[in-house]
Amino acid sequence: MTTATESLPPPTSTTGPIAWVRERLFSSPLNAILTILSVWLLLMSLPPFIEWALIKANFTAATSQECRAGGGACWAFIGVKYRLMLFGLYPYDEQWRPLLATIILIAMIIVSTIPRFWTVILLPIWVGGLILVSVLMWGGILGLKYVEDTLWGGLPLTLILSTFGIAIAFPFGVALALGRRSKMPAIKTLCVLYIELIRGVPLISMLFMSSVMLPLFLPEGFSIDKLLRAQIAIILFAAAYLAEVVRGGLQAIPKGQYEGADSLGLSYGQKMGFIILPQALKVVIPPLVSLFIAVFKDTSLVVIIGIYDLMQSTKVALTDPAWRGFSIEAYIFVSMIYFVFCYSMSKYSQNLEKRLATGHKR
Amino acid sequence: MADHQSKGAQAAPPRRLNWNDPDVRSVVYQVVAVSIVVAVAWFLISNTLHNLSIRNISTGFDFLGRESGFAIGESPIAFGPENTYARAILVGLLNTIRVAVIGIILATIIGTIVGIARLSKNWLIAKLSMIYVEVIRNVPLLLQLFFWYALITETLPGPRSAINLMPGVFMSNRGIKVPAPTDHFAFDLAAIGFLLAFVLIAIMANLAKKRQDATGKPFPIYRTALALLVGMPFLGWLIGGAPLELDVPKLQGFNYVGGATLTPEFAALLFGLVLYTAGFIAEVVRAGIQAVNYGQWEAAGAIGLTRTQTLRLIVLPQSLRVIIPPMTSQYLNLTKNSSLAVAIGYPDIVSIANTTLNQTGQAIEGIMIIMAVYLAISLSISFFMNWYNKHIALVER
Repeated sequence: MTTATESLPPPTSTTGPIAWVRERLFSSPLNAILTILSVWLLLMSLPPFIEWALIKANFTAATSQECRAGGGACWAFIGVKYRLMLFGLYPYDEQWRPLLATIILIAMIIVSTIPRFWTVILLPIWVGGLILVSVLMWGGILGLKYVEDTLWGGLPLTLILSTFGIAIAFPFGVALALGRRSKMPAIKTLCVLYIELIRGVPLISMLFMSSVMLPLFLPEGFSIDKLLRAQIAIILFAAAYLAEVVRGGLQAIPKGQYEGADSLGLSYGQKMGFIILPQALKVVIPPLVSLFIAVFKDTSLVVIIGIYDLMQSTKVALTDPAWRGFSIEAYIFVSMIYFVFCYSMSKYSQNLEKRLATGHKR
Repeated sequence: MADHQSKGAQAAPPRRLNWNDPDVRSVVYQVVAVSIVVAVAWFLISNTLHNLSIRNISTGFDFLGRESGFAIGESPIAFGPENTYARAILVGLLNTIRVAVIGIILATIIGTIVGIARLSKNWLIAKLSMIYVEVIRNVPLLLQLFFWYALITETLPGPRSAINLMPGVFMSNRGIKVPAPTDHFAFDLAAIGFLLAFVLIAIMANLAKKRQDATGKPFPIYRTALALLVGMPFLGWLIGGAPLELDVPKLQGFNYVGGATLTPEFAALLFGLVLYTAGFIAEVVRAGIQAVNYGQWEAAGAIGLTRTQTLRLIVLPQSLRVIIPPMTSQYLNLTKNSSLAVAIGYPDIVSIANTTLNQTGQAIEGIMIIMAVYLAISLSISFFMNWYNKHIALVER
């Protein structure tokens, strides 16, 4: 037997870094121009940015003058103000409570992302979690000091507005979607009107409505506070979008499932509750995550009616006369918080879509 | 199912009201639902009327004819405090439409380029577009608007040491100043030429298509269109006597005079809206291109088309059918998102209606105006896009 000769490595013109560069960066004259142009752009923009953000930046300064002297970014501002930005005007000594509430809310979201928990068990988890968060934030019982909700602020408020918003809008959204698919003309018309009306106007107009019109709607001597009004606006708004997402899921269920349920003699409630909705909701989990991301970002609009969410607390932090003019640093910091939340959720939703996809894709 | 049962019920002559009859149940449900809605509406309206009368707030749209008494920072039509509220609201509407139209055009262009770039074979281009899309889409628009606004008003120098990008263009914290055409007949002619170019392009595209259908000979539509778009205004300008002087902004005292201004508010809003929506449009375009079967690329390659030709002639026309519906919702989103202008002080419809309702106390009318305007804009955009969608839809046999 002859010994097998060792196979030669493939020519460097088809593998290795040089081939990679030629294939992926300079495959055609147009690509070469584009590559050179983007490298030039990166060289023009990245070094000055890194110099500003890291090399010349000041992380420890005690005063704004000292901070500004370096000529770079002033991250010390974040160090001084992060408690205000993250927790708003919540009493300083009690800020462990919003911190704990934030952790609970994040834990709830993470648990909901695990497919093993996609059963009825999510319901007690969410109800229990939301009650726990309310107790922590308001206090007044269990020896916790009562904290008015006008003092709530920052990240926990942003999370509360979006999670409560989606959670409470969920049953309404499902009902609206079912109503829109209903064969009863009056109910269908009402649902279509509601959904299209809400989807046709910007969230801001809903927030304005809740802040100036809701007080007029209520009987004399009856009022609800600003935070709750904003929360109602967000719920009403999210419900319309949720309804459309759920409707997509309902339409994706083959007709045979409806007919099968009918032929078993199930009532409408049984048909929807046991057969259709469990399948339809599973289909729409990825778009539901996207909707949650959208609502999470949209809660920042409550700034406009003066509620101290993450965005508004940041603006308050910026008004301190001792630390003027560090908006860019503050906005970059807040952007990173939003980015971490939204990006991880969207990555999760993309993975989910891949896992749930049973179609034939090339 | 319901039909079947009701027919069965009709076959039996003495039909009694029966809870097991789905038709009866359906009528009862609907009556209950409608009466609940009517009752809630009546409750809210009666409360509102009561509250309005206690607070001495007048109702109706009479206030529209009254003098507004406030000034508006930027307005495409002349406006002063002596003008009426109705005119103020018209200014807001025009400002909203202005930012929405320019925004939609720019966002479509940038979004399409980025969307195609994400699928580029060029590694660097694809990665850069991916980073752009991910960062832009995962940060709230409001935050981005604040960021751009702060960048313009805080980090740019004052008018005296403005950044002179190119002759006549000055960037300062008071906005961007650009030279404007002077009030000359030739520039009106150029504008007419520009509009005429669109008409000519439409006619030419039609003729070219007919010729290609009849003879198979293609016509360089895109190059001709570009030439027309540049040439026609130039021709108008030449006919008008080719005036060379422009109204160049000059530093006088503490600010610039002359030229046209892009205010910081408008610039920040437009910048934010365009970059944000372009991120979403890029994803729509990418998804649309990927929805086209890969066999189409291979077949186009087999008949010798280049990658660019394949994209332009084979893939994009097919993917348009997938792209148009989500694109419509992006346009609607951009228009609705332009209401965030109120946060950085650009006088759009929301901002002006808000000022109006604060001054007059007539909250309901103010909100109704805002909602009516957005509903009207949303409906017209979806109307147009649905028409366009039908126009390009696959004709099935």
